[in-house]
Amino acid sequence: MTEGEPERKAIEALERRISVLEKDLAISQRNRARLEDFREKNQRMLETVNAELVEALDELKRTQASLIQSEKMASLGQLTAGIAHEIKNPLNFVNNFAKLSEELLAELAEVLQDKIQSLDQEVREDAEDLFRTIRENLAKINEHGRRADSIVKNMLLHSRSGPSARQQVALNPIAKEALNLAYHGARAENSSFNIEIQTYLSDDVGRVECYPQDLMRVFLNLISNGMYAAYKRSLEEDGFVPAIRVSSRRKGDLVEVQVRDNGTGIPDHMRPQIFAPFFTTKPPGEGTGLGLSLSYDIMIKQHGGDLAVESEPGEYTVFTASLPLTLPAETGAK
Amino acid sequence: MTTRVLMVDDERDARELFRQNFRREIRKGLYEFNFAQSGQEALEILRDGTPPEILALLSDINMPGMSGMELLAEGCKTWPRVGVFMITAYGDAATEGQAKAQGASNFFSKPIDFPRLKEDLARAIWVAA
Repeated sequence: MTEGEPERKAIEALERRISVLEKDLAISQRNRARLEDFREKNQRMLETVNAELVEALDELKRTQASLIQSEKMASLGQLTAGIAHEIKNPLNFVNNFAKLSEELLAELAEVLQDKIQSLDQEVREDAEDLFRTIRENLAKINEHGRRADSIVKNMLLHSRSGPSARQQVALNPIAKEALNLAYHGARAENSSFNIEIQTYLSDDVGRVECYPQDLMRVFLNLISNGMYAAYKRSLEEDGFVPAIRVSSRRKGDLVEVQVRDNGTGIPDHMRPQIFAPFFTTKPPGEGTGLGLSLSYDIMIKQHGGDLAVESEPGEYTVFTASLPLTLPAETGAK
Repeated sequence: MTTRVLMVDDERDARELFRQNFRREIRKGLYEFNFAQSGQEALEILRDGTPPEILALLSDINMPGMSGMELLAEGCKTWPRVGVFMITAYGDAATEGQAKAQGASNFFSKPIDFPRLKEDLARAIWVAA
């Protein structure tokens, strides 16, 4: 055994130990890197999952809100129908008796004609004035009675007793017909009314299973509203050209009909109310506030579809009515 | 000849409405109106058979107790010569079809179109006579 032997052995042992330690270190570093990598991946995954959860929660909240909204609409619709039935009978009496009284007054005037003519001027004028005033009042009762009657009729549409006909029909002609009706209706009411009309009706929409009369009501409502809004803006802005665009397209298993107007738009704060019965921005006597509420019922409850709105106040409004190609089995008759 | 018409409606003011609308015809003696406030009361009047015989029955459909439809079925069965006119606030096709199937001569929805009612009534009575 040489003198340096133990030291050499010790050094060798140390070197081995160092090499082991170095290997361990390398492994540990690799592991740390892996761990880091894993943590990062984990972090990213958690972020993704989190984002998905947040989105799902939002979706859930939106669904819940729309469910609450649907429920409110349903109960309001029932209430509306109930009120309408209760009002219709007395209202019929008011209208009938007002009309009768007009006839009776005309007869009375005829019976008394000679007598009145022979009265002193002052008394005669008084009598004639009274006749005229009563006649005018009766005309007012008639006019407002008819107005109330048309409101009640619209209210009752919420609660038709029997199902209307369910048919397989081409959708575009319904939209086109609604457009014609709305345009001529608006022209008939106001001869100075005019509007630029664009139609983009896609052929791939084809035929759908639906309740055509009710869909017609929806389109008519949406188009009339759009025309009203665009025309209203044209009265407020010089040189503004009111325009309406009706388009249809196929979107997977759905078909969509869009009505876009360049009118006054819907202010954000009104957005949640527009589908509620009796909500209207039109002056008294011009709108019943039932059009959109009825359309909502028809699209969602009757057709299992949707009615969505997008609007930029002062710029435009787009209503999108979508419905499945085939009706869900349970919808329809209420 | 005076035609006796039986009017059935649970609303009391319906009488006044008919009486005023038919005032000229009543004055001329063309029509005589009897009124009943329920289906039961109407059947009693029909059974009573006081001359002149009742030739037309005008009935509301929605009434408490015996409905207009039940009265219609009973009336057509027992007095086939009496023309039955049904009146309802709910002018839907299903109800109209049901009324006609049960033997109603005609169907009117409220508010009643009186000129049309008068024409149809005159025709029904002419056919019956």
